[in-house]
Formats: sequence, structure tokens, C-alpha cells
Amino acid sequence: MSDFPTSASCVVIGAGIVGNSIVGHLAEKGWTDIVLLDKGPLPSPGGSTGHASNFIFPVDHSKEIVDLTLDSQAQYEEMGMQNTCGGIEVARTEERMEEFRRRMTSATAFGVEAYMLTPAEVKGHVPFVNEDVIVGGFYCPSVSVVDSLETGTIMRKRAQDADALLVFANTEVLDIETAPGKNKPKVTAVVTDKGRIECEHVVVACGVWSPKLAEMAGATIPLTPAVHQMADVGPFDILVETNQEVAYPVVRDMDTFCYERQSSGSMEVGSYGHRPILHRVDEIPSNEEALLTPTEMPFTPEDFDQQMEEAIELMEFLGDGEIRYAINGLLSLTPDTAPVLGPTPEVENLWSAAAVWIKEGPGVGRLLAEWMTDGYPHLTDPHGADATRFYPPQRNVHHVEGRCNEHFIKTYGITHPREQWESRRNVTVGPVKARTDDLDAFYFEAGGWERPHWYESNADLVERYGVNKSRTHVWDADWWTPISDAEHLHMREHVGLVDLSPFQVFEVSGPGVVDYIEHMVVNKCDLPVGRSIYTPMLNASGGFRSDLTIMRMAEDRFRIVTGAFDGGRDEYWFRHNLPGDSSVHFENRTNGTVTLGVWGPDAVALLSTVTESDLGQEAFPYGRVQSHLIAGIPVDMFRISYVGDAGFEIYAEACNGMALWDAIWAAGANFDLRPIGAAVYGTSGRLEKGYRLMGSELEDEYTPVEAGLARPKVKAADFIGKEKYIEARAAEGVAQLCVLSFDSLRCAAGYDRFPVGAGNEPVLTLEGERILDAHGRVSRLTTAGNAPSVGKYLAMAYLPIDKCEPGTKLQVMYQYETYPVTVEKTGADLAMFDHDDARMKA
Amino acid sequence: MTVLVIAEHDRGEVPIATFEALTAARTLAASMDDTVEVVALGDESAQIAPDLALHGAEVVHTIMSPVLSDYGPEAYAEAVVALVNAISPSAVVASGTSRGNEVLAGVAARLDVAFAANVVAAEKSAGGFSVTRQQWGGSLLEDVDLDARVAVLSFAHHSIEPTEAPAAGTVSTFNVDLPDELARTVIKDRTVTSAGVTLATAPVVVSGGRGMGNAEAFAMLEELAELLGGRVGCSRAVTNNGWRNHSDQVGQTGTRIAPEVYLACGISGATQHWVGAMGSKNVIAINTDAEANLVTKAGHAVIADLHEIVPAIIEEVKKRQG
Amino acid sequence: MMRVLVCVKRVPAPGSRINITDDEQDVDTAHLGFTTSPHEECALEEAVQIVEREGGEVVVLTVGPAEAEEQLRYAASVGGTSFVLVPTDGTALDPQRTASIITQAVNESESEGGQFDLILFGNESADSAGFQVGVRVAHALGRPMVNGIKGIEVGESTFTAQRAIDGGLEVYEVPRPAVLGILEGINLPRYPTMKGRLASRKAVIGEAPIDSDAGGLRRVRLHRPEETVSQTIMLPTEAAAAATAVVDLLEELGVMGGES
Repeated sequence: MSDFPTSASCVVIGAGIVGNSIVGHLAEKGWTDIVLLDKGPLPSPGGSTGHASNFIFPVDHSKEIVDLTLDSQAQYEEMGMQNTCGGIEVARTEERMEEFRRRMTSATAFGVEAYMLTPAEVKGHVPFVNEDVIVGGFYCPSVSVVDSLETGTIMRKRAQDADALLVFANTEVLDIETAPGKNKPKVTAVVTDKGRIECEHVVVACGVWSPKLAEMAGATIPLTPAVHQMADVGPFDILVETNQEVAYPVVRDMDTFCYERQSSGSMEVGSYGHRPILHRVDEIPSNEEALLTPTEMPFTPEDFDQQMEEAIELMEFLGDGEIRYAINGLLSLTPDTAPVLGPTPEVENLWSAAAVWIKEGPGVGRLLAEWMTDGYPHLTDPHGADATRFYPPQRNVHHVEGRCNEHFIKTYGITHPREQWESRRNVTVGPVKARTDDLDAFYFEAGGWERPHWYESNADLVERYGVNKSRTHVWDADWWTPISDAEHLHMREHVGLVDLSPFQVFEVSGPGVVDYIEHMVVNKCDLPVGRSIYTPMLNASGGFRSDLTIMRMAEDRFRIVTGAFDGGRDEYWFRHNLPGDSSVHFENRTNGTVTLGVWGPDAVALLSTVTESDLGQEAFPYGRVQSHLIAGIPVDMFRISYVGDAGFEIYAEACNGMALWDAIWAAGANFDLRPIGAAVYGTSGRLEKGYRLMGSELEDEYTPVEAGLARPKVKAADFIGKEKYIEARAAEGVAQLCVLSFDSLRCAAGYDRFPVGAGNEPVLTLEGERILDAHGRVSRLTTAGNAPSVGKYLAMAYLPIDKCEPGTKLQVMYQYETYPVTVEKTGADLAMFDHDDARMKA
Repeated sequence: MTVLVIAEHDRGEVPIATFEALTAARTLAASMDDTVEVVALGDESAQIAPDLALHGAEVVHTIMSPVLSDYGPEAYAEAVVALVNAISPSAVVASGTSRGNEVLAGVAARLDVAFAANVVAAEKSAGGFSVTRQQWGGSLLEDVDLDARVAVLSFAHHSIEPTEAPAAGTVSTFNVDLPDELARTVIKDRTVTSAGVTLATAPVVVSGGRGMGNAEAFAMLEELAELLGGRVGCSRAVTNNGWRNHSDQVGQTGTRIAPEVYLACGISGATQHWVGAMGSKNVIAINTDAEANLVTKAGHAVIADLHEIVPAIIEEVKKRQG
Repeated sequence: MMRVLVCVKRVPAPGSRINITDDEQDVDTAHLGFTTSPHEECALEEAVQIVEREGGEVVVLTVGPAEAEEQLRYAASVGGTSFVLVPTDGTALDPQRTASIITQAVNESESEGGQFDLILFGNESADSAGFQVGVRVAHALGRPMVNGIKGIEVGESTFTAQRAIDGGLEVYEVPRPAVLGILEGINLPRYPTMKGRLASRKAVIGEAPIDSDAGGLRRVRLHRPEETVSQTIMLPTEAAAAATAVVDLLEELGVMGGES
């Protein structure tokens, strides 16, 4: 046994598939003096890796999850640890078949071979399936079964062979010490029962134990241990005869939330169909206390009975199999089902690599190593899994358990991209919610905030504007209402009031603020007081980290506004990059601020009745921010528009929110003022104007040049990503963001479909080929929706340069059917409505 | 008064366990100013008296009867109860062996008093006896108050080092008329399953685990075990793989062993295995993984491939044995 | 036709470290599953096999908390035919009391369903390991009892029972009806099938409220033996050097004699 070290560059805690993969990749990227610790014995220290069923279904609707999965499969393959046996998901309902069509769409988008099967075809692959209980299948030949324990050993050994790693099993971490860092506490040492290791970085790759380890350092990793039941049943001659670990495709019985995976002569039957069984971390027994391992908890058969009955329906012979091993296996669930990866917001150099499945393990290892080495990963843009995405009310066990109790059953469920949570609602609400409640707002959650998506009180507008009242297909009609299009048209003709309180409002100030803000973002911020700028914020790679509106409020004070979904990540990034010398002060003003928007042809007229200030274009030009009084309430008004009509964002103290709303509302009576929901603000309004949305059009994979957001000149000041930004400007274009219009929405069944624009719908050539650009990036819809004022159904997508020409005819796949589209716009100006911004600047 | 020890013997052969019980009984008796007396049953009882005296028996009560021709739990219990009723000892004790516990349970049932099995410490208390006994195979201890006119106790096997303490060993024949019916549970026959030492009694156990790789690899363990006068054991993974019979399995669900030396080759040391092997006096682990459970529990370990190390050990043993 | 009774006990299934409740009265089962004591699981299997051969029924009896129903349903899933739960409040009963309760339960069951040809116990329970309940019940019923049994043959009027000893087997021939204490290893208990598990949900569990007086053994507390912490001494890894070190050690420990 090596002497226990007293220092290390990086201590990785947890020797499951994730921790092992991280040390392997860190070593490959040149790190040395790495220490890997686990409190259990090797090679199977007792975490979730040890009891995983180890199969990988690569198709997912999330691009970043698919990226991680495909990279992991490639790594397993390279190590000889992958058995590609294929996998079939079977449907028992028509609703599931529609989901399979969605999966075929995702498979096409992300380049995974897949087929729809008839029940007879399913039986052809898996002869012991009862075809009478299923209506079809989704077959993916590249589904594989891997050896995650041996993979971990290989990863570890590679780092050891490179003299980069020391491994200590049976070593329990007692504390993670921190000291004041640049802007927040920074890790300094890991204290174990074998000694104390001073270190620069600590990675928590402890699966279900991660929250406890993070807490030692004063950080949070929002996940909960949850039970997944699994039983090994057998032996069966038909399986024994194969003489293989896995000869038959893995079967997922999606509508019963079960899977059947051959394991030599027996079948592993696993279930996600039982009641949610969540545990607290301190309820997990130690290796010594556990009968099997800590994460193989005692089986509770009564929870599994229904799944057994259903499994026997699908494969009758299972009934005669002996239950030789059965566990309540623990795995990690998070509030939004995505992993928790990257830097923790609370503690510098404390990294999270948690809530990762076997299918993503090696990929996450590479991703974390890239993140820790290069500042941000390249493998994929993991913004959906970023550990900093959660707000404080979402980072605790109450939120985690609330959401996980709700979504456990959706592990194999069908989740509509627009579907809203039922649990943990109304935790974070804006200052005017009482008023929007009165107007029968239907709320969508935006980063934990309740945000009106439409108003039932506007139902009368549907008739008035004669908008399309219904959608035939339930998938298109889910979480949708014709009221939104009516609200849109009303705003275009009159005026609308929008509750924008979920906007994340930061203020940075101090003597060093100009240098600081210039360093953070692409566009020049050192403008006269009262001016504003819309700007990309980049990673060092030159890809998008965020897009922001920045207002200069004073010589030494800027206001930064970002979207509700991005506040956590952006706040982390701003704080992380503070100079650390108190020359710049950062404050999140969101909770103390009410933000309302008033837009429409009558917006200026309306607001002029509640303020004595001159709101005319001369006195108050577009893009300016000014302080005024509205009904005697001090407000900052910002003449800007994301929706294409004239108007203002209005900021005030939260305590004045109701009075502000009431004053505008009362004045609105003469202007037919209506409340307008986020369906208009966030989709139809901006889509008509071709405005990009962070997380949809904007992500790390694409540059400002490709997004059409590059300014004519590059500012003199240095900023993060500048070098790459300049390179991108000079390089020959590879792809460009375009607006497409649907030539027809008519499906084979003879009615119109309405693509969701969830990121998984590929753009295809007229020949039906998937479109990749020179960098291998796939063209897919980033946004889609109706444009009521344009009279078209629009979408956005990045296309290779040779397909960007307006007028180019292409196709889009939606729910496994294709629809003809035409390229409408490309480049900087993507507006399909009010091309010269005359209405906004009126 | 007297502490009465039940001597076990198999056709005249007294097991170490009885001397353990005698050793423990001496301590208990001394604390109460009692004498240690022994009851030996069956035809060979007189011939084993000297050995019992050597370990502290002041008196050896011998009981002979046609139904005591060989071991029988009911006949033994009846006979001991008759003696107990005659001499009124303060305690009746035996070793916590299969027979010892069985006979004492029968004695206690007949006397309608409590019985504490596998005791590691006992002392007289105001109301009876304060006793500490093993539960969970020794993983836990239970302190109990034993309230009885006579304390019926078995002493945990392997928990005491037997020592000699020569005493008079006066042989006293106790006559009792035991009903013929008791013959119903007397041994009728014996069959031998294996000669010589067994896994449970071997001074050396050479054991293989999953790391052996296959059934054939056990040949070298057989060779080494034979050279050392030991037996081959294995882990559950090995029996599950069909490489060895269940009778070779060491563990919670196999044989529990307490050899002088336990040589564990390629065994990671799952709990259920360790529970069966933890009585071993010295554990030597051979394993490629320094962090394996059994390595951390062993006194000595060789972190290397057993397929290289075991043949080298065989060579070395042969060399030194000449 | 045989009527066989198997007495089983619900016991926790812990790992190597067994925790004790704060009041030191019991094993802390907060995170533990429960099982049937292993010897009894084999006894049940033996009973099921005997009845499969000879015909008859396997009655399974347990004295325990309401949750012990789980063990009876498990018994149902592997071939038990009828089930009796004598409910307790969950605290550990002393062996005399347990034996007395079981004796009464046997008498009740026999008065209704006829005499048991064979009553099986486990050699000892996995947890308290009192080594006596079966013997006491047999004595109370006046029936022959032998413990440590690793083989049973059913004869016309007797059972031939084999008892494992070092190096061999003792053979007993006990008249029917009899009581035997079963040792693990007599058989490899079957696992329940999925169908068996599902069917076991329909098994009827009879409740027999019986109690008896406490015996003479009273638990004061549970505690853990002192653990010996030892550091592993690492021997050389090169084959010849390792062999020398190991054999030195064997000599030192006096086990190089080689007489078998």
C-alpha cells in the first residue's frame, strides 16, 4: 500500500464508474498528483455502479444526454467492455406508439439507427415475447450492455500507469476543508480516516452520497437516493442455451415501466413502476452494516408484485423463474431528472459529478476533465446538467424530494416538452401574482418562478381575432391554447401588459466595474449613462455562455438582465469572475424588483397617461434607460422590445409592484389593455422578430457569428472568448442560423400538425437525408411556433452555409413524419415581421 | 456446592471443548467457593477420568446404563438430571458444542429452568447469575440475568484457552435406572464421510475464492493443504460457480472454522465469508487487490497473483520439509 | 401422507456490523431487511420435499410480530400449505416462553388437524441462538428430538436422521412422531418463483393468540465485543521472496508439521 499522501492536485471522491472515468480522463489531459478515494473496497465499493443492470439505450430527446451517451458507448467499445446486443422498447398503448414516433425523430436527429417494429417483428427478435399484449416496438440495434466495474478498473489503471494517480479504497472522507478564496470559500483539504490531503480541487463523484460530501464543504448537490427495484429471475433453458451473457435484445416494457435484460441463464427484471421510495442520505447503511452493499437495500416484494404480473404477461416463462436475487437498488434522482455536473456555486474548486447513469459515465468523465482543464467542456454543452442551474429554493431536500416523488414514475413515462410540474409550485412568485391570479393566468414555471403563460380572461379574444381554435392531434394541443395567438394579435393591434418579474436582475458596481464588465461580455459596455447593450457572453471556447441585456445606470453601475432559466448559471459565472479585490460589487436584485412590460402600438400613449415624463422618441429614444415616476412610483424605464412592438420594460422596487400594476391597469381601460402571457413574449412575438433564445438557438456549440449576432467591429477591450471570437469572424462560415417557414403542416392522416420545436426535430434534405455541417453539427429545429401576424408557422435552425440561401427547400421531421419547409431568412436580420423595426421605434 | 461439568466424549475420546468448559467452570466455581465436579456418561466414562482430573475435576461422576452405550441426547439429559437432583449443584455446565448445547437444553427442559447457551462470562449475582452470552455467532454479546435454582450454562466453544489444573479426580459411580424408551434417540450407526482432519478442525485451511479462476486451479491448493496437514476451503462464489462442493464452503452459510492459519487466496472477503473465517487465529491473504476486504482484515498479506505465489510457497514448503 | 410442522423465526438480515438500539435492548433494524433464520429455511425446504414425496401438508408456524406475516408468505411462496402466526408485541421472548407458546400452538393445531408426524426446528436461531426451543417443545410433547440433522429418511414408523459431526455422520432412528432440529446444508432451499410469490399473496394466515409466562432468562442489554484493530503486514510481492516470508511465518506458527 502506498504511503498516504499529504497533498494532491485533485482529490476525486468516489470510485464508481464516474469517479474512475474522471481520474482516467484527468490523467489523459495531463493532470498529475490525483488521488482517488472511496470508503468501500475495490473493485466494487458499494455504490450504485455495483448493482447497475449496465445496459445503454442511446436514444434520448435531449441532445446533451445523447452526446454523453454516444461518447460513453464509444469509450466502452474502445476498452472492449461493450456487448452490443440491441434493445427493443415495446408499446402496449397507442399513446406510446406516438412516443416511439417521437423517438424515431430524435434517433434521426442524433444519428442513432432505429426502427419501428410490428408486434410480429418484435417477436422475431425476441421469440419469447407475447405479441398479443403489445401494439408495436421501437428497435435500436446499438443498444448495448457494458461492464461498468471493469471499465472503472481500466480507467483507474490508465491513470496509475501514467503515474498520475494514487488510489485509496476503504478510506472514509470525514471533512472537506475550505478557506476564504477569491470570491467565496475555496477547497483546501480533504480529511480522511487515514490522513489529511491538501489539495487544489475536489470532485464529488459519490452518487447517492454526494449531497453529504458536498455539505462537508458547505455546498449543495441537489439529488436524492431513490429505489429502483430489480430481481434476477431464472434459470431458463432458452437463455442458458445461448451460452452468452446477453444474446437477446434488452426489452423495455415502457407502459409498465419495466425492463427485461438477459443475464446469462437468467433474466434481470427491473422496474420503475413502483411507488416512489426515496431515502435520505443518512439512512443508507455503511458497507459494514449492509447485508449486501449499502445501495442494495432490502427488497420490498409487495412493491414489485404488480410489475411481476405484468412481466409475466409479456414473457410468460418468467413466472416459473426463481427469484434468486432481488434488491431495492439505490440510484440518484434530481429535481429535473438531469445530472448535476460541474462547479458547485457555493465553493470554489469543488466539483460535482453526480446523478449520472452508467450510460453517461465515461462521457461524464471526459466532460468533467475538460471542464476542469479548459474552463468549459467541448464534448457537449451541458447547460441542462450544470450544477449551478438550480436556485436556492431548488437546492434543498424538500424541493428534491417533492419533484422526485412526482417524476419517478416518468422514468419510462412520456413527458411533453411543455409539460409543467405539479409539485413545489408557488414557492417563488413575483410581486403582482395576486393581480395575474385575478386574471386567471395559467402559469408555466420558469426557473422556479411562476410566470403567466396565457390568461384565461383573454378567451374572448379568440373569437375576436378569429384564430385557429383547435389542434387535432393531442400531442400538439397539449399545454397549448388558442388564446396565446389571440393575445399576440391583440398586442399587435392595441397594447399588452406582461409580468416579467422572473427576469433575473443583477447589478454590478464599483470602481473596477467597467473593466470587469468589458472582460465578461463581447460587446462594448463602456457607453454613456442611460445607454444599453444587448450582448453575447462567451465561454473561452468562443461559444455562447449567455446573452444579456446590460444597462449603464451610472458611471460605476451596470444593470444586467438575463432570463429566468439562466439566472443560476449566469450569477455563478459573474461571481466566479469577480476580480476578488472588492473593486467590483455584485448584487442579485431579482427578489427586490418588480419587472413589467408594456408593448403595443398604444403603449406610449397609455404610459403617458400615468407619467408626466415625455416618452416620445426624441426625449426617450429606443435602447435608452431612464428614471421616471409612474403614478408617483420611482421606476427605471427601458425602451426596448423583444416582441416587435413599441414599449418599455419597467423596473421598480418589489414593494411598489402592485401599485404600479394597478396604475397601468387602470389607465389601460381606455386602451383595451390586456395581460399578455409568456407564450407570446417568449415564442410567437420573438419568433416573428427572429430573436434568439439562450438554450435554444444560443449554446456553446455555436458562435455569435453563426448566430448572426456578431457586430461589425470587435471592441478593443479584452474579454473572455475574444481570441476564439476573432478566429470565428475570420474563418469561412460553416453554418448560419436561419428562419424557416412550413410550406405545409398537413400530415398523412389529413390534418395539420404543429411541431413543438423542442430541439429533437431534424431538418432533412428533400431526399430525406440528415443534414450535418462541416463540423459535424446536425441541423435541427431550435424553436418552432405559429407567427400569427406573419401568417406562417415558423422555425429556427442552424443550416450549413450551402443551404442557407432564402428560398432553399428542405424538410423537417416531426413525430416521424416529414413536412416541407422553405428557408426564409439568414444572417443578422431574421425578422419576418416589421423588418425595419419601425413599429418598435415608433 | 458444586459446579457440575458434563464431559463429552466420543467412544472414550474427549474433545478439547470439554477441557475449555472445565477451565471456565473452574473460574466460575472459584468465584463461588464451589468445587468442580464432572459427570461422564457411558461405558468409557471411567477411562477418561484421569484426563478430566488433569483439567480440574475433583470428582468424576460416572453413569453407566444400557441406553448410555453411545451418545443419545435424551438419555444423556435424563441421566444428568438424575445426578443433579441427587447432588444439587449450583450450576450445570458444558461446552457450547452441538452435543453440549443439546444435552443442556434437555437438562433445562426437564428441570424446568432457564438455559443460557454460548456463555463467555458468568458470575453469581444477588438474584441468580449474571451472564454474558454470544448472539449472532459472536458478533454481539447479550448480558442476561439468569434466574434459576441451578444455572444451566454452555461455554462458547473457542472462546477459552483450555489449561490444566490437576485435581483429585475421584471417580464416583452414580447409579440410575434409565428407561429403555430413551434408546429411541441413541446413535444407531456412524458413517465416515472423510478421513483425518476436517475443514472445521484442520489447523490450516487453504481457501480459494473467485480469484482462482477455475476449478482446476484448486489442485495447487489441495497440494499445499496436504503438505501442511490442512484442508481446502472456498468462498461462496466458488461453490456458486460449481468449482467446489458446498461442504468446502467457509462462511455464514457454510462451515465456520477456527484454524491456526487461514490462507485466503483470491478471496475478496464478502461479509458472509468473513463471518465463517473470523475465528481463525492468523489470516494470510494472497490477493492482487490491496484494498480488498479480506486483505484489510488479514494479519499478513501478499499483494500479487496467487497463481505465481502459491506454487512458490509449495516449492518452499517442500524444500524445508526435506 | 405426512403432516409436518415447521417452526420458523423472523430475524433481521444484517451485515458484518450489527447496530444496537439506543436502549441496548434490541438490534437496530432501521435499515435492515428480515429473513427466515437460515437453518429454518432449510427445515422448510426439507418439509416441502418430504411432503412432495410422501404427500400431506406443511404447516408453518411462527411466533413474532405482525410483520412476521412476511416470512409466512415467503414460506407459502416456496411450498408451505398452511400458516399460523402467534402474534407478539415484537419484543424478544425468552426461550422458555417461546417454547411454551409453541407447545400450546402445537396442541391446538393437533386437536383440530390431527397429530404432526414430524415437527422441524432450525438447529438454532440466527439472532439469539438459544439452542433450546425445539428441545423444550419436544420434551413438553413427550416426543423424541435430535438436533444437528443433515439428512432425513422417512420410514414406515421411524425417521432415519443423520447428524453431521467432524469427519462423518451419526445415524439416529427415531420413532414417529418426532421432532428434529435441522442444520443448514441438509438441502439447498429453493427460491420462490415469480408465480409462487404472486400466489403467496392469497395464502390465508391463521392467527393464534397464545401467550405464556416469562422464563428465567431476562435480557439486560446487548453490546458489541471489543473489536481488535490490526494493521495488515504486507509481505514481499515477488514470488520467491513472498514464499520465503509466508513459509517463515508458517514455521513460526508451528504448522509446518504436515501430519494429517
